[in-house]
Amino acid sequence: MSLSAAEVNKIAWLARIAIDPDKVDAYARDLSGILEFVEQMSTVDTSAVQPMAHPLDQAQRLRPDEIRETDRRELFQSHAPLVEAGLYLVPKVIE
Amino acid sequence: MHDKSIAELAAGLRGKAFSSRELTQSFLERIGRFNPALNAFVTVTAERALEQADAADGRIAAGQAGSLTGIPLGQKDIFCTQDIRTSCGSKMLDRFISPYDATVIERFNQAGAVMLGKLNMDEFAMGSSNETSYYGPVKNPWDTGTVPGGSSGGSASAVAARLVAGATGTDTGGSIRQPASFCGITGIKPTYGLVSRYGMIAFASSLDQGGPMARSAEDCALLLQAMAGYDERDSTSLDRPVPDYSAGLANGVEGLRIGLPKEFFGEGLDSDIARLIDQAVAEYRKLGATVKEVSLPNMHLSGPAYYVVAPAECSSNLARMDGVRFGHRCDAPKDLADLYTRSRGEGFGAEVKRRILIGTYALSAGYYDAYYLKAQKIRRLISDDFKKAFSEVDVIMGPTSPSVAFRFGEKSADPIAMYLSDIYTIAVNLAGLPGMSIPVGFSKNLPVGMQIIGDYFAEGRLLNVAHRYQQVTDWHRQVPKEFA
Repeated sequence: MSLSAAEVNKIAWLARIAIDPDKVDAYARDLSGILEFVEQMSTVDTSAVQPMAHPLDQAQRLRPDEIRETDRRELFQSHAPLVEAGLYLVPKVIE
Repeated sequence: MHDKSIAELAAGLRGKAFSSRELTQSFLERIGRFNPALNAFVTVTAERALEQADAADGRIAAGQAGSLTGIPLGQKDIFCTQDIRTSCGSKMLDRFISPYDATVIERFNQAGAVMLGKLNMDEFAMGSSNETSYYGPVKNPWDTGTVPGGSSGGSASAVAARLVAGATGTDTGGSIRQPASFCGITGIKPTYGLVSRYGMIAFASSLDQGGPMARSAEDCALLLQAMAGYDERDSTSLDRPVPDYSAGLANGVEGLRIGLPKEFFGEGLDSDIARLIDQAVAEYRKLGATVKEVSLPNMHLSGPAYYVVAPAECSSNLARMDGVRFGHRCDAPKDLADLYTRSRGEGFGAEVKRRILIGTYALSAGYYDAYYLKAQKIRRLISDDFKKAFSEVDVIMGPTSPSVAFRFGEKSADPIAMYLSDIYTIAVNLAGLPGMSIPVGFSKNLPVGMQIIGDYFAEGRLLNVAHRYQQVTDWHRQVPKEFA
């Protein structure tokens, strides 16, 4: 399994990560190497095997639907890069 | 003071031989003197440590001390600490001040432990050498030209150099055990779900598990006691009573059935390490244990399965770092896409990017069955191999890592070579089992660790088995000369 530069750019866009154009080939090489390494998985037939979601086969726990958290918006927003009037600011999305 | 065990320090505090303030000051002095050479700490919280020490001295005077009250510890910088920077070794979180404490931190605070500071680590716990940290690599105190292992390298280095009495680590594929092995200390990765992951910055949620790193199994038992237990804020936390880990430490190991998986002793294992493991196992025979060969036939698939599951989960977990709510944000983004891609491109280092990209690929449309689902099936096979082995033996022993600590730069250019450093530890995470590493000797003047793996919830047994060995050997008491 070998990834092309175009595929790396596509994956990088899906992951929303900017990659320097001059490093795309190095990523293509490294990622292809990793895919080749994980390719060993295909040497074993797993058609009859149940996938393991939890080591002890536990199901997701549910809790009663009740309010337990207090509003700490100000505290949380004090750690944000850019806020105004209680809102997180991002570049304009709608023209 | 710095060379005493946690139990000895606790006795000294209770007996008024010294105060927690004196003890804390003595460790802070050592950090000031030795940390520049080791880079084990990202943040030293001296002022707060002394406040905590004074509070601990008050508790001790009032006769309300527990076994960790007033004991100075270091916390891996993956655990969120309220009002203190929690960087996770990343530029992305270089200025992130956590608004809350991780459950593990909360528990140590309740126990009255003192936090000396936050310990360096591979970025987002992705690495086996500490070379991926934004804050520069941690050095191994046994030879500062070699890596301390990773990702909990700051924890291992600080414990080995006696800069802390004990520390926390986290282990997703070997990140407690491999650095413990490289630095000659003791560490245990508990059963998945035993220690709360709340406030422990997520890497691969189905594998991540926090645990203690210290000088001995006895110290690890005290630390694990504080860390373990049900937490409703972690949806995979296991609701079951926590046993007294110190109570069974001295139990005999007569009749203990040890399994040696033949797959752990094949090609790629350093012959010196193989010999030292043999010697350690022989010590157990002298103590009355029996030894037999077992097999984990799917062991060779653990690396490939891990490098699908861990990156896939990391690509999902790290999606929250988007430059909007917290963390690094690029300058002057021209639109929303630019904000996301550039903030993430600048904030993450090369290894983190590689893993996010591999994970994104594995989870992208059309590839799920071939990668993630396949890997989850292989996890089942690996887990079944362990189940079968544990129907025949009580514990499994083998090397923690195929080599001793390697030199800086030796493997950093080749991701796969680096991944193979965790070849013996990864399977344990995939199966969710507890595993530990204890020092069993030296090769080329560098420490060698032996891994001991147990069945689910066998932490008490593992600590007992390790403790018995540490009573008849003194590898765990060795201190690197420059830092004695």
